[in-house]
This record gives sequence, structure tokens and C-alpha cells, in this order.
Amino acid sequence: MAARIFAMAPSSTSPRWWWWAFIVAAAAILLTLPEYADLGLQLDLSKIFIFSLLALSMGFLWGFGGMLSFGQTAMFGVGGYTYAVLSLNTGETTGSIFVAILFAMAFAAILGYFLIYGRISAIYFSIITLVVTLVLEKAMRSTSSEYYTIGDVQLRGQNGISLVPSLQVPWNPSVELFIDGVFYLSVVVLILVYIGLRLLLTSRFGRILVCIRENERRTELLGYDSRKYQLIAFVIAGGVAGLSGALFSVWNNFIAPEMMNLGSAANVVIWVIVGGKSTLIGPIIGTAAIEYMTSWMGKQPWVGQVTLYLGPVLIMFVMVFKEGILPTIGMGLALIFDTVRGNSDGRATMKRRIWRTNIFSKRTN
Amino acid sequence: MADEYILETHQLTKRFGGVHAVEDVNFRLRRGELRCVIGPNGAGKSTFFKMITAQLKPSEGRITFEGKDISGAERHVISRLGIGIKNQVPDVFDGISTRENIWAAARFRHNSKNVEQIVDRVLSQMNLTAVADDLVGELSHGQRQWVEFGMVMSLEPKIILLDEPTAGMTADETDRTANLILEINATTPIIVVEHDMQFIRKIANIVTVLHQGKILTEDTMANIQQNQTVLDVYLGQSGRA
Repeated sequence: MAARIFAMAPSSTSPRWWWWAFIVAAAAILLTLPEYADLGLQLDLSKIFIFSLLALSMGFLWGFGGMLSFGQTAMFGVGGYTYAVLSLNTGETTGSIFVAILFAMAFAAILGYFLIYGRISAIYFSIITLVVTLVLEKAMRSTSSEYYTIGDVQLRGQNGISLVPSLQVPWNPSVELFIDGVFYLSVVVLILVYIGLRLLLTSRFGRILVCIRENERRTELLGYDSRKYQLIAFVIAGGVAGLSGALFSVWNNFIAPEMMNLGSAANVVIWVIVGGKSTLIGPIIGTAAIEYMTSWMGKQPWVGQVTLYLGPVLIMFVMVFKEGILPTIGMGLALIFDTVRGNSDGRATMKRRIWRTNIFSKRTN
Repeated sequence: MADEYILETHQLTKRFGGVHAVEDVNFRLRRGELRCVIGPNGAGKSTFFKMITAQLKPSEGRITFEGKDISGAERHVISRLGIGIKNQVPDVFDGISTRENIWAAARFRHNSKNVEQIVDRVLSQMNLTAVADDLVGELSHGQRQWVEFGMVMSLEPKIILLDEPTAGMTADETDRTANLILEINATTPIIVVEHDMQFIRKIANIVTVLHQGKILTEDTMANIQQNQTVLDVYLGQSGRA
């Protein structure tokens, strides 16, 4: 059953009991992890969970709204810089996180308004969001002079802002979150955002958003103003990316324009493609797999440039496993189950789907 | 009496470069009417259809629906006014289930309490109950046409516009479509753009013939079939005359 769900579960139906069981189990395992895992592992996992938020924001937009946005990295940067500048100026950290989210959403609202209400085509949407990301990176790089100071905080161009404050416990600002605290926080935030987006997809808004992905003209001919739906989705995803950026600067205690460069933007796409964008869990799995692989390869003596190996992995997924890890495994398992049980209808359907969504398929996204 | 007509076009014109695809078309549809628009290839049927369904902006002229000017309106506004549209190619949501397709349409008109009941009714009316949970992209061509019909009907529009509704259908499916159109017409005015004469004979009352972007004639089907000019146009003899 689970396999079939991973394969092609309609996002419109409410999650069943086993999904909630999965969430509870995952939360229980992760929240007890610091009991027996060392700080190094907790640090690595926190980073993966924070990046997973970024991947989720892109996977949500691309997989369910049909909008391939490279601009999530820009919102990630806006969130990160807002948190750094604000918390350094005010000393208030929890509030800075929320303001960072709002700034990222406002940025997404303005950018999205012009792109979506201007009715530009999908390909230009992708290109412009990428360009906006790179422009933002170049702009931040060129702020080295002392002239570029916000409040008491110098932006320092490509050297970045260091000594970004750790998060304080809201009800007791004298206590700062240590590595395990940030770990707990990233687990809780990721799970809440994941549940929130998943439930959003079962709402009227989420279901119509999927209709727009499938056929924008038809959705409009039914009477829905698709631009409104797309803009709201873009703003929500912007908020999630901003939250990711703010948490990243908490995790790192440091922020620099690199977080918005071409490499970072490409990473997000790779996470989402490898994990698969037809489910929300896909981008999280993709982030974990790629980040784990990257850091593992970084420790191997035989690996020179990690990106040299990442390239072929991406190519393989784009060419062969177009739906990503999870849906491919899910469809494969469903095919095996149906074959064993002699369910010829189900088997034929799965075969057709695997064929349609994998190598040689002409379907493009 | 403006109210007698539900949809009117005034001097409707569409130019593509120097070509007049549709020129000075004055078209009026009475409430309750079933009108077929026919014409040979290139007569401007599709362009005309796309303009009255807000998928193309007219170069000149006006379109009014219930007295309101709707020329150049946004697509979603057209539907909100009560115009239901079915395009020639099945215009559906391929990646989601049949039920979800119908739901999306029904949910626009109905609150969440009534919508499931309406979806079930439309599914059975369209003979789609058995494939309710299948992906629409995996259905046959005819079934996908029915899905779109179902979507248009669950909008409960004040008028329905159909572009070649039987394109790609089998003879049986065409018959059922004809019956369905007559059934819907009991309550709703319909415009059908078609070139399948067999089909038009089954449903037509008044027929508008387009030729080279203009209205050639407008008459009952019986008279149209006797009309020498129309026959010439259809048999391609106008060039020789």
C-alpha cells in the first residue's frame, strides 16, 4: 500500500493513519537522537534539515504549482541576511526570525506579482528568477566598503557577516541554543512545515493549484483566477525559503553572498530532482541523500572535485529516473506486488507509468 | 428588446497580419436557442469561437453577454458570468483523477457540503463512475471529451459553447453526445461549432454558415441543405464561379 502511495498518491486526499504514524515515528527517532549521537552528526543533520526546508519550498512550487523557480535561493538569502542584520542590531533573535520570514515573503510578493501578473511564460519565469538570485548575490558581493552599513552592521561584501547571534530561548534570553538545541529546532520546524504544506495540498487552494499545474487555461475557463493562486503559492514558498535562510544563518553564525550563488541555486534543483517532486517527502530525501553523499565523498582520498561526481548523478536522474528516487522505488515495488498477486490491471498501469515517466519518455516537465 | 438575446456580436473582426480571419460578424443568439456554426476549413469558425470565449482578443467590434460588454475580458471572468466552454481538443487535467477534474469545476459553483453529491451525479450522468479514480491522461479520447463535458456541466452555466464536441469520437459516442446536447438544451442555450454534417443534422435547428470570415447565411437546417451557395462553398466550387 505504502509503495503505491509513494508511487502516485493523489495529493488531494487527506493523509491516512499510516502517514501520521510515519510522522510520529520520524519525530520520535529524531528527537531522541541527541541521546546517543555525537555533536558532529547533530550538526550535519541540522544542516540537512534546514536545507530540506529550502528544497521543500522549491519542490512545493515546482511539483504542485508547476513553477520552476530558481528564486528560492534568493529568498533563502533574503531570510539569512535579514536575520543577521536584524539580530546583530537589536540583540533580539526570535523576533528577527519572524521578520526574516516576512521580508522573504514580501520580496516574493513583489517579484511574483510582476512575473505572474505579467503572464510571462514558464521558461522566462525560471530564467528571471535565476537572474534575480544572481543579481542579489552580485549586489551583496559589492558591499565591501564601509559605506554599506545597516544600523551598526557592516555588510562586508564577499567576506560576509560573522558573529551572527545564536538563537536565544524566547522566554529566557540569557540562554542560547547550543548545537543540540538547534538540532531539535530544525527537526520540529521541518516536520511542522512538511505537515503544513501537505495539509495545504488537500485544501481547496492546494487542489486548484494542482489543476493550474495541469492546465492553466482550463482552470481559468472554470472561473478561477490562476494568477492569484500562483502568487499566493509563490509567497508561501518564499516564506519557507526565508525561514530556511534565517535558520541557516543561526546554524552557521555566519552569512555570505555564496548562499545565493549559481552553485547554491543549482544544488536546490538537484535535491528536488533526485528526491522527486511529485511528493513533498521527495525533496527532503533528495537533500539528505545528496548532502550525505557530498560530505562522505569529501572525506574520501580518491575524490578530487565532488561536483564532478554530482554532475553524472544529476544527469542520470534527469535521463533515467525522471520522477526521482521515491516515486521510482514506489512504482517499482507496486509493479512487483501486482505481479506477485497476479493483479494484471494494476501491473499494466504501473508498467505504463514507469515507461511514461522514465527513460525514453517524451514527456517533459 | 435587448433581453431577448443572450449573446451578441457587433462587427466582430479579427485580423492576423493582413488576413481577415473573421470580418464584421453580427451574430445574435436567443435565450434557449441551439445554434450550430458551420463552414469549410479556414472559414473562421475557430477564430470566432476563440473570440467569444475570451481566448483571443478581437481586433475590432464588440461581444456582449446579457447586455454586458465582454470583448477582451479575462478568461476567468467569462466563466464567472456563466459561460461554459468546451474546446476542440480535450482540455482537461491529465495528471489527476477523473473525480478530481469534475470536483475542480463543481467546487467553483458549490460549497464544500454539496460538491461531493454533485460530482457523483455528474460522474454517473457522464458514464464515468467506473473510471472515477483513474488518471484522466490514461482514459480514451472519447472519455476525456466526456470528462470535459462533465466539467462544463457542473459549472451550471447560463450558456454553453462547444468547439467540435465530437472530434475523434466513435459513432456511438457521437450519438450519445447529440442526445446529451439536446437534453442540456432543454434548459440552456448552446452554440456548437462543427463541421461534421451528420452530427449537425441530428441536433441542428438554426444554422449559421461562415465563409471566408463572414456570415454567408443563417437559416434552418432544411433550407441550408437546399441552398446552392452553401453547397458550392462546401464542394469548393466558389472559386470557379
